[in-house]
Amino acid sequence: MARMKFLCDAERCIECNACVTACKNEHEVPWGVNRRRVVTISDGKTGERSISVACMHCSSAPCMAVCPVDCFYQNDDGVVLHNKDLCIGCGYCFYACPFGAPQYPQQTNFGTRGKMDKCTFCAGGPETDHSDAEFKKYGRNRIGEGKLPLCAEMCSTKALLGGDGDQVSAIYRERVIARGFGSGAWGWGRAYPGGGS
Amino acid sequence: MTKVLAAINVRHLLIASLFVMFAAFGANMASADVRGPAPKQPDLQYLNEDSNFWGKIRQGQEGRGGQLIQSQGEDWRLLRNGPLLKYTATGLGAMVALLALFFLIRGRIKIEHGWSGWTIERFNMPERMGHWILAVSFIILGLTGLNVSFGKHVLMPLVGKDMFSTISVGAKYLHNYVAFAFILGLAWVFIAWIKDNFPRSVDINWLKQAGGLFSKGVHPPSHKFNAGQKLIFWSVIVTGVSISLSGWALLFPFETNMFAKTFWLINGVVGTTLPTELTGIQEQQHAVTWHNIMAIVMICIILAHIYIGTIGMQGAFDAMGSGRVDLNWAKEHHSLWVDKLETQDKLDKQPDETHQADAGAKAQPAE
Repeated sequence: MARMKFLCDAERCIECNACVTACKNEHEVPWGVNRRRVVTISDGKTGERSISVACMHCSSAPCMAVCPVDCFYQNDDGVVLHNKDLCIGCGYCFYACPFGAPQYPQQTNFGTRGKMDKCTFCAGGPETDHSDAEFKKYGRNRIGEGKLPLCAEMCSTKALLGGDGDQVSAIYRERVIARGFGSGAWGWGRAYPGGGS
Repeated sequence: MTKVLAAINVRHLLIASLFVMFAAFGANMASADVRGPAPKQPDLQYLNEDSNFWGKIRQGQEGRGGQLIQSQGEDWRLLRNGPLLKYTATGLGAMVALLALFFLIRGRIKIEHGWSGWTIERFNMPERMGHWILAVSFIILGLTGLNVSFGKHVLMPLVGKDMFSTISVGAKYLHNYVAFAFILGLAWVFIAWIKDNFPRSVDINWLKQAGGLFSKGVHPPSHKFNAGQKLIFWSVIVTGVSISLSGWALLFPFETNMFAKTFWLINGVVGTTLPTELTGIQEQQHAVTWHNIMAIVMICIILAHIYIGTIGMQGAFDAMGSGRVDLNWAKEHHSLWVDKLETQDKLDKQPDETHQADAGAKAQPAE
């Protein structure tokens, strides 16, 4: 079984934010929630680089480990998903997540953050595939339609790769060889310690 | 064969022309730099910078658009799912076991001279109200808090995931709103009782004799509150304020920076080098951890308090129940307080309605 992974090639990302926009539009994500964001390091200085980041669908995911109601699950593709009907909006996954992936519709109103929302790798959620309920809570189930995450699909510079982890790393390895230098696969050391699934 | 020869000839030609070109470049070098860009080769310095770059990100460097990796999340997860839950469970279990053991050995501490048939007022209505606001809110907060820590392992297997989630949502709202009642109760008892809780010389004697807790017939003199009660009072105030503050930070996330300030203060006093610049998420992580630690300390102390106020000691619950305690009980446990009331002529003895039957049979005045 394929192990799905994201990879953002920092040498290619031009901070166009198309991935962020595509994600918001495809899933009709509520105001204030960004499942994907672009971070620019050393902005305006030499060596400036941008990276697009969302949930990395970690192996041994911290969110899953700390959730007090056990609302997370990892599907056969290694994608970390959660059940919004079980989520109590306690914020623990947000404290534990290294990538700042979990989002809440109401972050400052005390006691009521609302149900946590995060990137689903376009794999929907626990509701019936392609149902209205699934779309409303989790967004489009592109994986169920045989497609890959839209953010990576429509990345203009192909900086953001998403798909079978082996293929993704093969493409990246080729680029590194061609460039003569490489920065490693961003975030992979944190998300997949030991390279595992 | 001819093809090979032709190829060799072409190669020779190429090499020869290259030599000519180099010679021409060499001749031009003195006058002008026309070498063009250097051949592309792995730049070692660039590679070094590169690994520094990624190292910094791993250490939490922030850019425009926020932080990329906060590795403390993993530390927090390991701490919470590891030692924090382990020691919380151990502390809770140990306290219950200790109290059970104490009960087995010491049994219920009886009023030595029996019910007197007379009661005096120990806590007036406002005092009791403050106590019960604090007590009821504390029990609700304690149970709903423990649900976050252990519900997944204890309650969820019993009631199923869906039911457990429903309970936990309710529990979370209760926890968030009842917190304000707790803060109110805490302030209330602090104001009501601080004047009686300053340490006094008799407290040393009380502590030396462990309050007579472990020896029958020993009743070291005490004012309104004995040294043990004073210790409970101050522990409740310290842990209660600490829990309230860290709870406040959790109720209003990313709006406080109490830990950075506290660390700065500790650094100044003790000379440690705790980090004084914390990100919002680090503040939140510290707040959850500290909230949990202080809560379990308070729960353990209060378990002992509940024990001695109910099954552990005859006549003690009346103080917070009706507010009126048996005279013999008062003389045994708070002799100096009764003396003071007597000299002030504020004793206000009233016949005991509930314990008359016992009193008639066994009552004898305490000395």
